[in-house]
Amino acid sequence: MPRIAMRLGRLALVLLCVALVSFGLMMLSPIDQVDAYLGPQVAQVSPEQRALIAERWGFDAPPAVQFGHWLRQLASGGLGWSHVYNQPVSEVIGQRFQRSIVLLAGAWLVSALLGFALGVMAGAKEGSPLDKMISTYAYLTASTPAFWLAMLAVLLFSVTLGWAPTCCAGPAGMLDQDVTLATRLHHLVLPVATLALLGIANITLHTRTRMLALMRSDIAIHAFAQGAGRFDVAWRHGLRHASLPAVTLAFASLGELFGGSILIEQVFAYPGLGQATVAAGLRSDIPLLLGIALFTALFVSIGNLVADTLYGVIDPRLTTGGS
Amino acid sequence: MITAQPRLRAILSLSITAVFIGGLIASQWLLTDSVQRMQFDARLAPPSLEHWLGTDALGRELWARTLAGLALSFWVGCLAALLSTLIALSLAALATLSARLDALVSLLIDTLLSVPHLILLMLIAFALGGGTQAVIIAVAVTHWPSLARVLRAELWQLRQAPYVRISRALGKSRWFVLHGHLLPHLLPHCLVGALLLFPHAILHEAALTFLGFGLSPSQPAIGVLLAEAMRYLNGGYWWLGVFPGLGLLLMVLMFERLSSQLRRAL
Repeated sequence: MPRIAMRLGRLALVLLCVALVSFGLMMLSPIDQVDAYLGPQVAQVSPEQRALIAERWGFDAPPAVQFGHWLRQLASGGLGWSHVYNQPVSEVIGQRFQRSIVLLAGAWLVSALLGFALGVMAGAKEGSPLDKMISTYAYLTASTPAFWLAMLAVLLFSVTLGWAPTCCAGPAGMLDQDVTLATRLHHLVLPVATLALLGIANITLHTRTRMLALMRSDIAIHAFAQGAGRFDVAWRHGLRHASLPAVTLAFASLGELFGGSILIEQVFAYPGLGQATVAAGLRSDIPLLLGIALFTALFVSIGNLVADTLYGVIDPRLTTGGS
Repeated sequence: MITAQPRLRAILSLSITAVFIGGLIASQWLLTDSVQRMQFDARLAPPSLEHWLGTDALGRELWARTLAGLALSFWVGCLAALLSTLIALSLAALATLSARLDALVSLLIDTLLSVPHLILLMLIAFALGGGTQAVIIAVAVTHWPSLARVLRAELWQLRQAPYVRISRALGKSRWFVLHGHLLPHLLPHCLVGALLLFPHAILHEAALTFLGFGLSPSQPAIGVLLAEAMRYLNGGYWWLGVFPGLGLLLMVLMFERLSSQLRRAL
């Protein structure tokens, strides 16, 4: 139990640091907050009114005081007001995340399962044609820019073949509640597939390395001597052996997955959290940017925490040996 | 022959990359104006013998713009990787000085790793107001943690090595030990680390620019070219999207290969 308490304490400390760093960065920004708030109406506002607005929102206070305000607000559950969406930040994040989570969860599941399966298959027989094919594929996708792959997918499947829609979470001009589940899924297939395709490489490569190590170990030699086939060994020993790095990686790569989803959402014009992040950044919506930074940090940290905990569950030696 | 092979391969890989980079830089001297020259009679022309990779919406040659974009990516990636390696090295050295500093550096690493890379990049680029400098700094500031971890572990181990301890016991200064014993040992790690950082740096640069936070739209960066291509995607102008990305992928693959072979050779 004290271990978990320590981890949670560390998590809180890291989150505080994230808040501090991102707030500091926002304060560094050359963009005038009053200008950002006013948008195109900036020309109609006199200097006196500007001063009033700055006072009203607390923009004229020193950064330390502003940070204190923000933290106090955060402690009471508010994240501030987003002027791009004209909504409280927590609501924007809530609504957008609901859309993104479908995309993220789908891609995450597909990439973890497929990546693991491919890694086991490739590692079962080093140097076989299957192994070479899978490894080449993994090396290639590991260095492919995510958004470029998404663009290629749009070009091939949407524009040329016309199998999938090019954009958005539903048909244009349709109310959100009217969209059926089937259309929703139809719109999701391509984003999920491209996002998953990129995540697979990492897990595959690590699982493969682990499988190769197993195939050279005494366990495998003993099994072979008893007459077991390669796939028998892979199935009986490999799955458990190789699942350790795969599970850890799957949880530890949540940050990368989220980063990828920003790009993919941008290409497919999918109205999720990633698109909101880009909008917030381009239109200098500082409260929303801060909220998203903090939210994603929480998301990623919890992923890491789960990965650490699962490590102990899968391989009990690690917990008993460590303490 | 077997022992010589990794080095031979590394040299081969190194020379191919050097020729490519040399050609890339030389091409920037040769085609100064064709990058921006517009041909209004040949707008959005598909790839042909006249227009090798086709032209964009303003009739500019895509091959010239792709080359220019790759050269730009190369410089940004180089500077960012160099800066990032310097940060990693100095923070790793700092971490080995005392336990408290070590805790501080590892807290910093945890903080940086807990925010998705792309969001952190956006925050930093936003804070610096965009532009080439902002991208270089943003990429440099976000990419050092993994290398810093490797260097820190290596430094801890080195400090326990007999020759370092003897040198210390003989009364050599900290600076001498660091400069004379530790740095020569760490340099190969730094070189490979910087080379490993490079592909990440250019991929993130392109992604950041693609989203509109990076290099200015007037520069022919790969990210800008691809963002422009996005607008013409629905019209089926495939060459606008395919070739710049392909160029970037080739460059990344080349450096990945080089770094993995150098690691084997060193």
